[in-house]
Amino acid sequence: MLKKRIIPCLDIKNGRTVKGVNFLGLRDAGDPIELARRYVQEGADELVFLDISATIENRSTLVSMVEKIAHEINIPFTVGGGISSLEEARVLIRAGADKVSINSAAVKSPNLIAEIAGSLGNQCVVLAIDTKFVENDWLVYVHGGKTPTDLRTLDWVIQAEKLGAGEILLTSMDHDGVQNGFALEITQAVCEIVNLPVIASGGAGRKEHFKNLFEKTAASAALAASIFHFEEIGVPELKNYLRTENIPIR
Amino acid sequence: MIAIIDYNAGNTRSVKNALERLGYEAMVTSDADMISKADKVIFPGVGEAGSAMKYLRELNLDLAIKSLTQPFLGICLGLQLMCLYSEEGDTTGLGIYDTEVRKFPPTSLVPHMGWNTLTDLKGPLFSGLPESSDLYFVHSYYAGLCCETAATCEYIFPFSAACREIISLPFNSIRKNRLTPESTY
Repeated sequence: MLKKRIIPCLDIKNGRTVKGVNFLGLRDAGDPIELARRYVQEGADELVFLDISATIENRSTLVSMVEKIAHEINIPFTVGGGISSLEEARVLIRAGADKVSINSAAVKSPNLIAEIAGSLGNQCVVLAIDTKFVENDWLVYVHGGKTPTDLRTLDWVIQAEKLGAGEILLTSMDHDGVQNGFALEITQAVCEIVNLPVIASGGAGRKEHFKNLFEKTAASAALAASIFHFEEIGVPELKNYLRTENIPIR
Repeated sequence: MIAIIDYNAGNTRSVKNALERLGYEAMVTSDADMISKADKVIFPGVGEAGSAMKYLRELNLDLAIKSLTQPFLGICLGLQLMCLYSEEGDTTGLGIYDTEVRKFPPTSLVPHMGWNTLTDLKGPLFSGLPESSDLYFVHSYYAGLCCETAATCEYIFPFSAACREIISLPFNSIRKNRLTPESTY
């Protein structure tokens, strides 16, 4: 039976793990490789690394970090942050990443999804979407949540699926960092409208939030950062709890 | 020496890392001669079947692979290309396994992604791995059950999670399991 996945996310800035509240106010959360190692030992199902300081100068640092991570850990991991071309995606996959996540660049040129999927396979294309509820609709934001667009989240996921995205990483900016639970409605709306695995992100604060997510939506995975980094909830504790609640968990 | 076939498709690095973690040396190469002289050969891959097969032919690796006699392990796209045919890119495969690769129907989520259970384990590849172990799968295409099926996974329906005489795995990377190198790679 296919299990629901618990995915710690590591936001990386200048080689350190950081975490903000509503995309602002970054706190230092430690060395990414050390944290990654800890998560693997604790039974995380997968990891996501997002380079939030992604610039051209930092790109080679990211590639060598990916190489180190791939050497250290034995669960799949996704790398994202500023990926804007097939070549960049290819370099990261060749460095050992299992998947790449793309966000702003795909909104700017949707065909990037098709290019990466066509060359490296749909299974390694994670479309990351930062979304916010604005005037009665969920809209897509880009550039780390700084720039609003007119794009409707539900329209964007349909288009992304047609172009060959393999997975959707959906972050509700309204819920991110505030630990009041996942954005159940938009997550379920996305699950219903596409036939892709959806990773819900943003808002995890208590174990019950994960249970609610898996009971009330068809999300395949839950992603969280702060609660794991600052050890508010341990991955083993969370997984034990979900198992006793009859959620299929590895 | 273990040769990992480099055909511009994917996860050669993670395969090499896994071997190194297990204490084995490996080289990543697209040289047909080096591959044929290796003690063991791994055919990895993350990628799209059509473009990967085209690249293999350009390097004459299709013929080289078919003529190998040493222990050989195909993983993921490697397994896919060892079958007769893949629906992905309408691709003629190497025809080593008597089965076809089809896309999962849209009756459930595609790709099949995440940790799923492996059953009906057969052969030395899985010695040391308990029946019903969870392994990480990430794929949109599956190899149908055939007489060479060496492990089964169920997603929508049962499919070949591994085939032998020579052994191939459809899941993505050997980093995802903890088999011994003798039995796997």
